[in-house]
Amino acid sequence: MESKHVHQQIAAMRQSFFDEEVLDEKFSQLEQLEGKDNPNFVEEVFTMYFRDSTAFLETIEQAMKTIPIDSIKVDNILHQLKGSSASVGANKVLKEVNKTRQVLGKGNLEGTKAGILELRKEYDSFKAKLEPYFQV
Amino acid sequence: MNSSSGKSYMSTASSSVLWKAGGDVVADQFPAGLRVLVVDDDPTCLMILEKMLKACQYNVTKCNRAETALSMLRENRNGFDIVISDVHMPDMDGFKLLEHIGLEMDLPVIMMSADDGKNVVMKGVTHGACDYLIKPVRIEALKNIWQHVVRKRKNEWKDFEQSGSVEEGDRQPKQSEDADYSSSANEGNWKSSKRRKDDEDENDERDDTSTLKKPRVVWSVELHQQFVAAVNQLGIEKAVPKKILELMNVPGLTRENVASHLQKYRLYLRRLSGVSQHPSNLNNSFMNPQDATFGPLDLQALAATGQLPAQSLATLQAAGLGRSTAKSGIPMPLIDQRNIFSFENPKLRFGEAQQQHVNNNKQMNLLHGIPTTMEPKQLAGLHHTAQSVGNMNMPVLSHGSQSSQNNPLLMQMAQPQARGQMLNDSTVSLAPRLLSPRGQSMLSNGMATNVSTRNGVPENIRAPSYNPVSQTSSMLNFPMNHTSELPGNSFPLVSTPGISSLAPKVAFQEDVNSEVKGSVGFMPSYDIFNDLNQHKPQNWELQNVGMMFNSSQHSNSLQGNHDHTQSILVQQGFLSGQNRNSTVISKPMFLAGDSTGHVNAQNSNQHLNSLLDNTVRVKSERVADAAPANLYPDHFGQEDLMSALLKQVGSFFSLYDTDGDIILLILTSKFPIFLQQDIIAPAENNDFDFDGYSIDNIPV
Repeated sequence: MESKHVHQQIAAMRQSFFDEEVLDEKFSQLEQLEGKDNPNFVEEVFTMYFRDSTAFLETIEQAMKTIPIDSIKVDNILHQLKGSSASVGANKVLKEVNKTRQVLGKGNLEGTKAGILELRKEYDSFKAKLEPYFQV
Repeated sequence: MNSSSGKSYMSTASSSVLWKAGGDVVADQFPAGLRVLVVDDDPTCLMILEKMLKACQYNVTKCNRAETALSMLRENRNGFDIVISDVHMPDMDGFKLLEHIGLEMDLPVIMMSADDGKNVVMKGVTHGACDYLIKPVRIEALKNIWQHVVRKRKNEWKDFEQSGSVEEGDRQPKQSEDADYSSSANEGNWKSSKRRKDDEDENDERDDTSTLKKPRVVWSVELHQQFVAAVNQLGIEKAVPKKILELMNVPGLTRENVASHLQKYRLYLRRLSGVSQHPSNLNNSFMNPQDATFGPLDLQALAATGQLPAQSLATLQAAGLGRSTAKSGIPMPLIDQRNIFSFENPKLRFGEAQQQHVNNNKQMNLLHGIPTTMEPKQLAGLHHTAQSVGNMNMPVLSHGSQSSQNNPLLMQMAQPQARGQMLNDSTVSLAPRLLSPRGQSMLSNGMATNVSTRNGVPENIRAPSYNPVSQTSSMLNFPMNHTSELPGNSFPLVSTPGISSLAPKVAFQEDVNSEVKGSVGFMPSYDIFNDLNQHKPQNWELQNVGMMFNSSQHSNSLQGNHDHTQSILVQQGFLSGQNRNSTVISKPMFLAGDSTGHVNAQNSNQHLNSLLDNTVRVKSERVADAAPANLYPDHFGQEDLMSALLKQVGSFFSLYDTDGDIILLILTSKFPIFLQQDIIAPAENNDFDFDGYSIDNIPV
C-alpha cells in the first residue's frame, strides 16, 4: 500500500537519523510531546528552527567577513544556535556549534572561520535530510 | 506560587488559591495548574518549552521579551506562580530580569541556558534564582518545578506565622539574630506552628488572605471590642481561642484568627504590666550605639509585647540586621523617591492642607503601589495616612510586603528634626515626622498642634509628622471608624477614640519599581498605646500592605492604634537608599493580628532582608557622610516638643539619614519601646544619625 510504503519510508528515514546521530533523543522527546491536538508539533518546531537558524548562520557568515570580526557577536549567535539545536535534537549541528565556539573562544579566528564552514555544511545537510522527512 | 502576587504576600498564596479555585482539594490538584511564565527570545525553545510545560499540566504563558514579561507580571501580580527565563536575551539580561522579579514580585525564578559554565550557574545563584536548567531542557526537569513554588510559599508562610503566633520569648531569639531571619529565623518558630498547620488548607488560607480569596480578618475596633469582651468574660486565663470564637460569634472568623489575635493581645497585656522591665531594655537599646545588628532585643521585646507580630519582628530583625550594616542606611534617595513620606518635601508643614496633600499623595502612592495583596482592610481602624507615613521619613522602606499589622504600629519616623515633633502628643501620633533638614521644623510644630489635638481625641491621631500629621490626624481619627485602608499603604493611623496615644501602625508599602529595586517601603508600625484609654485594641491591626515597591512610592501607613498601652512599638524600617538595588527595607511590618497578616509580613521580611542587606550596607556609608549638623539645630528646637512628647510617649528614636532627614522615628511610649538596638543609636553616633532618646535622656 502506498501509505504503508510511506510509513515505512518515514520509519526508515527516522531510524537513519538516529543511527547517524543526526538526531538525538531530544527529538524523540519532542515526538512524545506531539499529541492529538497537536499532530504537527515536531514539524512546526523544526520549521521554526530552520528559519531561525538559517538566519543565524547567515549573520555569522556576514560577521566573519567584516573586519574586524566581532567575535562577541559571533559567539552570542553561536550560543543561540547551540540552544536551539540542542532543543530540537540536532545532534551533529550542535557538535559543530560547540566546536566552533571553542575555537572562537581561544581566539583562533581562522579556526573559527573553518569551524563555521563546517557548521554550515552540517546544518545544510541536516536541513536537507529533515525537510523531506517532514514532507513525507 | 504567586509570583505575581503582591509582595505582600509571598507568592504562595496565589498558587494555593488557584488550586483551590477549582474546588478540588488542593493537595490533589497540585501541582497541576501551576501558572508558569516562560521567557525566552528563541522561539523554537519557547515553543518546545510551552509544549512540555503543558504536558506537565501547567498553565503556561510564553513571552519572548523580558520587558513584556515584566510588564505582564506587574499588571498581574498574582497571575503567576513561577517564572522560567533564559539567560541570554537581547533586550534585557536574564539576570537583570531575575532581579526585578525577585524584588518586585518575589516570585521564584528559574534560569535556563545552553551555557552550563560554572560561572553562569553561580551567577544565577547569587542573583537569587531558585534553579538553573541547562538547555536542552528535559521535560523531567520541568515536571518538578513546582517544588520551588511550594518552598517559597512555605517560607513566606512561616514568616507570617511567626509573627502571628508569637510565643512570647520564643520567637524573639530567633528573630533577632538572623540576618535573613525571614527564613531561618522563622524556621524555628515557624516549624512548630507549621506543624500545627500541616494542613495545606491552612497554608492556603494564609496565603490566600494575602492574595485573594480569603479576606483578611481586619480587627476593627468593634471586632476587637467583641474580642476583649469575650476574653474578659472567659477570664484571661481561661480564654482559649475556641471559646472566644464561640462567644464572639462572628461569621467568617476562624479560630486561627482569634488565636493569633489573642496572642498579640496577651503580649500586649503583658507589656502593660511588665513595663518596668522594658524601660531598662529600652534604655539599653536607646543608648546602645548602633549595633550593626539590630539587637534582637528590640524585636523581641516588641514581639513580646505582642504588639509586634512575630513577623514584624522578623522584619524588624531583618531590617535591623540589614540596618546594622548600613546603619544609617536610610537612603535618602529612596525616600525621596518614595514619597512616602513626603517629608522630604518642604511642604511638610503642618498645615493641614499640606498634610492632606501629603496624605493624598501618599495615598496615591499607596494606592499606586499597593499591590493587590495589600489588605489594607486589615488595617481596620488603622488608618494610616499615607501621609503620615510619608511624613515619617520612613526609613523603613520595606518592601511591599507589609502585612497589615495589627498590633504594633511601627512608626518609623526618621526625622531628626521631627523628633520633637512627633510625639508630642500623648497619643503619640507616631506619624513619623520626617523633617527634612530642609528645615522642617514644622513638624515639630505641626506635631505639637497635632498632638495636642490628639490628646483626648482619639480620633485624630495626628502624626506629628508635618505633613502626615494633618493627614494622619484625619486618618487617625478613625480609629474606630476608619477602616479605611489605604490601598497599598497600610498605615492606618488609627486613633482609638479616647486613646490619645496613637498606636500608629505604619505600614509602608512600597512599590518598587523595577528600577528602583530597592525601594522598599516599610511600614513601621508603632503601637502607641496610651494609658489613657483602653481603647479598643483594634487599632493595632496594622496592616502591612503588601509591600509594593515603588521606588517612588512608599506607602507608609501609620496605624494608630489606640492601644491601650502607650507602648510604641517601633519597627525600624530601614530606608535603604537605593542605590541600585539597595533598598531600605524596613521590616517592621506588622502583621495584623490575624494570621492573614502574616503573609504579608513574611513577604516583606524577606524582601526586607534581602533589601536590607544590600541597601543597608550601601547606605551606611552614605549616611555617615552627611553632616548631622543641620539635624540638630532643628532638632533641638523641637526638644520641647519632644520632651513633651516623650513624656507622654516615652522615648523615641529617630534615625536620621545623612541629610538630616529623619528616617525613622520611633516613638516609644512610656512603656519601653522595643527597638532594635541598632536603631537606637546615641546621638553621638553619627553613623546613623540616629538619635535615641529615652524619656530621661532627651538630648538637648
